[in-house]
Amino acid sequence: MSIQVQTEDFDVGLLLNQLRLANPSAGALVSFVGQVRDVNDGDSVNTLTLEHYPGMTETALAAIETQAHARWKLIDTLIIHRVGTLKPLDQIVFVAVLSAHRGEAFKACEFIMDYLKTQAPFWKKEITPTGERWVDAKSSDDESLNRWNK
Amino acid sequence: MKIKVLYFARIKEAVNYSTEELDLPSEILTITALKNWLTLRGEVWANLFDGKQVVRAAINHNLVDDLAQIQANDEVAFFPPVTGG
Repeated sequence: MSIQVQTEDFDVGLLLNQLRLANPSAGALVSFVGQVRDVNDGDSVNTLTLEHYPGMTETALAAIETQAHARWKLIDTLIIHRVGTLKPLDQIVFVAVLSAHRGEAFKACEFIMDYLKTQAPFWKKEITPTGERWVDAKSSDDESLNRWNK
Repeated sequence: MKIKVLYFARIKEAVNYSTEELDLPSEILTITALKNWLTLRGEVWANLFDGKQVVRAAINHNLVDDLAQIQANDEVAFFPPVTGG
């Protein structure tokens, strides 16, 4: 289980190979990569700046990983989230889950992202051709979270 | 009692503070009471906490609801709903 909050980019291929080769008991490795889109709410996006709450961010991400490990039999998990100013096509977030078989890894990866979207203290501000604006939270993200509690 | 308060994202920009140390009157014991007390600072603060926008709170890095109790030396944070990922 580990988490990284960083400004630097990451190499998905390298990370996947490192995780896979470090865990010979894992038969499944599921990962998610989130990237900056070039459009949002009908406007083109020039840059996206991610603010966070240092200290709470790490606490929240670790708690999400712990919950995933409590729900499913997982071998390892990794969450990387970038902060600072990014541009379209930049990678924002990486989640990887290893388990013996694919079912747990698929479910836990989605669970971690749903919790991260609604519980981890990150905030996005977009610069568009017409100015800057804070991105609003989506109710669909809360709905995605709620299905894990049914 | 003394506490530290942090503000983030659009709330930080609205109140023009990122962090401050507060010495609370003895009757301010919950997040709701703290919000109401800060509202006395003026229009910007009153608008922030008038219930028209969602303001989330955390105490010592844990998300809490408005009934949560505040203790001396706590780190309280106010921020909008999160938008990471």
